Amino acid sequence: MTLSGAAYVVKFLREQGVEVVFGYPGGSILEIFDAMAADGIRFVLTRHEQGAVFAADGYARATGKVGVCMATSGPGATNLITGLACAHMDSVPIVAITGQVYSHLLGTDAFQEADTFGITMPVTKHNFLVRGAGELPSVLRQAFHIAGTGRRGPVLVDIPRDAAQGVVRSEKADLDLPGYRPTEEGHPLQLRRAAEALVGAHKPVIWAGGGVVAAGAAAELRALAEALGAPVMTSLMGLGVMPADHPLNLGMVGMHGTPWANWAVHRCDLLFAAGVRFDDRATGKLERFAPDAQLVHIDIDPAEIGKLLKAVVPVVADLGTALPAVRALVVQILNGNQRLIGRSGTGPAADAGTTAGAEPGAASEAAAAADHSRKEWLASIAAFRAGSRWPPITHAGPGMHPGEVMLALARASEGKATLVADVGQNQMWAAQLYPVHAPRRFLTSGGLGTMGYALPAAIGAQMGTPDEQIIVIAGDGGLQMTSPELATIAEHRLPIKIFLINNGHLGMVRQWQELFFKERYMAVKIAGPDFVKLAGAYGLTGMRVDSVKDLDATIASALSTPGPVLVDCVVQPTANVFPIVPPGKGVDQMIDKAE
Amino acid sequence: MRHTLSVLVEDKPGVLTRIAGLFGRRAFNIDSLTVAGTERPGYSRMTIVTRGDRHVMEQIEKQLYKQINVLKVSNLTSAPAVERELVLIKVQADGQSRAAVTQIVNIFRARIVDVAPRSLVVEVTGDREKIEAILSMLRPFGIKEVVRSGPVAVSRGHGSLAMPDETPSPQAPSLDDRDVPAAGDVAAESSFAGMK
Repeated sequence: MTLSGAAYVVKFLREQGVEVVFGYPGGSILEIFDAMAADGIRFVLTRHEQGAVFAADGYARATGKVGVCMATSGPGATNLITGLACAHMDSVPIVAITGQVYSHLLGTDAFQEADTFGITMPVTKHNFLVRGAGELPSVLRQAFHIAGTGRRGPVLVDIPRDAAQGVVRSEKADLDLPGYRPTEEGHPLQLRRAAEALVGAHKPVIWAGGGVVAAGAAAELRALAEALGAPVMTSLMGLGVMPADHPLNLGMVGMHGTPWANWAVHRCDLLFAAGVRFDDRATGKLERFAPDAQLVHIDIDPAEIGKLLKAVVPVVADLGTALPAVRALVVQILNGNQRLIGRSGTGPAADAGTTAGAEPGAASEAAAAADHSRKEWLASIAAFRAGSRWPPITHAGPGMHPGEVMLALARASEGKATLVADVGQNQMWAAQLYPVHAPRRFLTSGGLGTMGYALPAAIGAQMGTPDEQIIVIAGDGGLQMTSPELATIAEHRLPIKIFLINNGHLGMVRQWQELFFKERYMAVKIAGPDFVKLAGAYGLTGMRVDSVKDLDATIASALSTPGPVLVDCVVQPTANVFPIVPPGKGVDQMIDKAE
Repeated sequence: MRHTLSVLVEDKPGVLTRIAGLFGRRAFNIDSLTVAGTERPGYSRMTIVTRGDRHVMEQIEKQLYKQINVLKVSNLTSAPAVERELVLIKVQADGQSRAAVTQIVNIFRARIVDVAPRSLVVEVTGDREKIEAILSMLRPFGIKEVVRSGPVAVSRGHGSLAMPDETPSPQAPSLDDRDVPAAGDVAAESSFAGMK
């Protein structure tokens, strides 16, 4: 039996185990939609193509599987760009399928023609322009393979109408990618050097990022930290790698990170960076970031290693294989040291008499010293932490502070929900104050900082993890960017609870204008609709809370109400996120206005 | 510092755009870029002349490797390599100066490929020093137009870009006539085994 190109696309998606496709139809992709109608694959119509790509992104981040979205040619495809760029920055596996005008019309400025292949090249991991139905089996297989392996990322497949209408004679799918062979196993020598560096360090800090989440290696990272007794800080993308309340967890580093993570990284003698890319929001001024530390950097992408800071021990590897290997070596070395210490005694005086000779004596001494120093190091971080102002809630007038909403949400959900945070102040308060206990429980646009992300991403997250409580945190600016997706949420009765941090401002920009532009405000007051009425108009339950005394009751009511709920949390209009590392400063130069 | 990179790529639509776009987006410098087919159908070789310190060059090579369609990147700058560029020079030459120009052309083993009453077109092939030398010699006569191919390069010795490098021939290039193959040979084998 021969299939049309369009029918093959849908059959292939089924075979890949794709559960849901997010998208928006149009002229050049009609054949594929027709094939989906015949097949009955689950399809979610968003209200804008940007919503579709964010939903696929949220699905991918929540599940670890490849998210799929579709759009038509021209404007449909260009509306995907922001979401593709967002997924590219945060290494999220997405396959985007776009319709394209007939091949013979390419380059003629046909109706709804855009150079999708050219436009999306810099914002995808890879992309394809299909030249005939016969290419579809190989191209689709390669697209899913590239998106979901190595350093994950978005892949776009542009399908002209004639390829969708054409016949697929052979379904033999060729995975011939001679230039794509991600390194999975780290070099044994480098892994050993990494382990030795960790064991020899007196003041180590482990830094875990989104790469640990992508590799499914959070438990391994935790085991490594515990084996050594080394503190762990995370990037924004790494939140949840360590349970929030784990004694070795220092929380997030960076501009709005915890003061003690920033304090520790500035003073550490070894930085073990796993799956991080040294984003400027995390490092601050690079010269002041871990200035006295040796750097061990493990990443699956060789181009990330040495990009911004030179690593003494560079390791190209999948963290899923590298972290267990390093841990095994660390345990082996520690046990060996224990034996040495046991044999030679603990004091320098005992060394002279040992039959093992001077070398084991010196080694045991060094091991004992490092072990002792690590305990002192943890104690000194704990002491600094005890003196830090936390939670960093700085009231700016009467009413609720947004941080109080996060703390109340943490109490009500016991930190078990999946938070989908938008971008800006709301995102930072959520990252600071909501306890993320597991990976894939804090979804946010980190690298690109895409406002409007949270609402549509929550759709994908909820569909991918139907048993999880999905909570959206968004500001009134970001929510208004993609609020039409409220209709999608209502249509599918997704039990998403939306907490709108409504301060009537583009808060983060307002904060920067206040702090760094002499309080000269421009374009930061933003009007909005009556959000409770808006929720009602879309068929959601709307609620409003504007005082701390009603907060717990409102949140409890929202979480127990079936179906989607939007809670308009009216907060202090001029609250700022503190503490902050001012732009261009080092992480040790964090300021807290309340002090 | 100037570097010559030889990059083996799959001959797929858009691959030139990908490489050029990568250099543009990451603010890497391109002095010249040439691309054409290889001994094997479906693969192209790019010769890219670029500039950068060690850190920049490391990034350029890693970012090139990251491209799905890139199979192999070789920096021919530190390795023994032959580098050649083809240049067409339209130079003013009337009855009086034609003989002088022709003499220079002969000295450089260049060729005259077009003659007009008031000008000549000179074809010259060589490495950078030779090209710069003939240009400086012809400049006083009045150069009307210069068209350069950009350099292409290949490593000396038996090893090829398609194979893991074998020990290259230590033979230094002859200084007076670099068009003569260095002993050690030029017969690079085109095996694609063990790519990348």
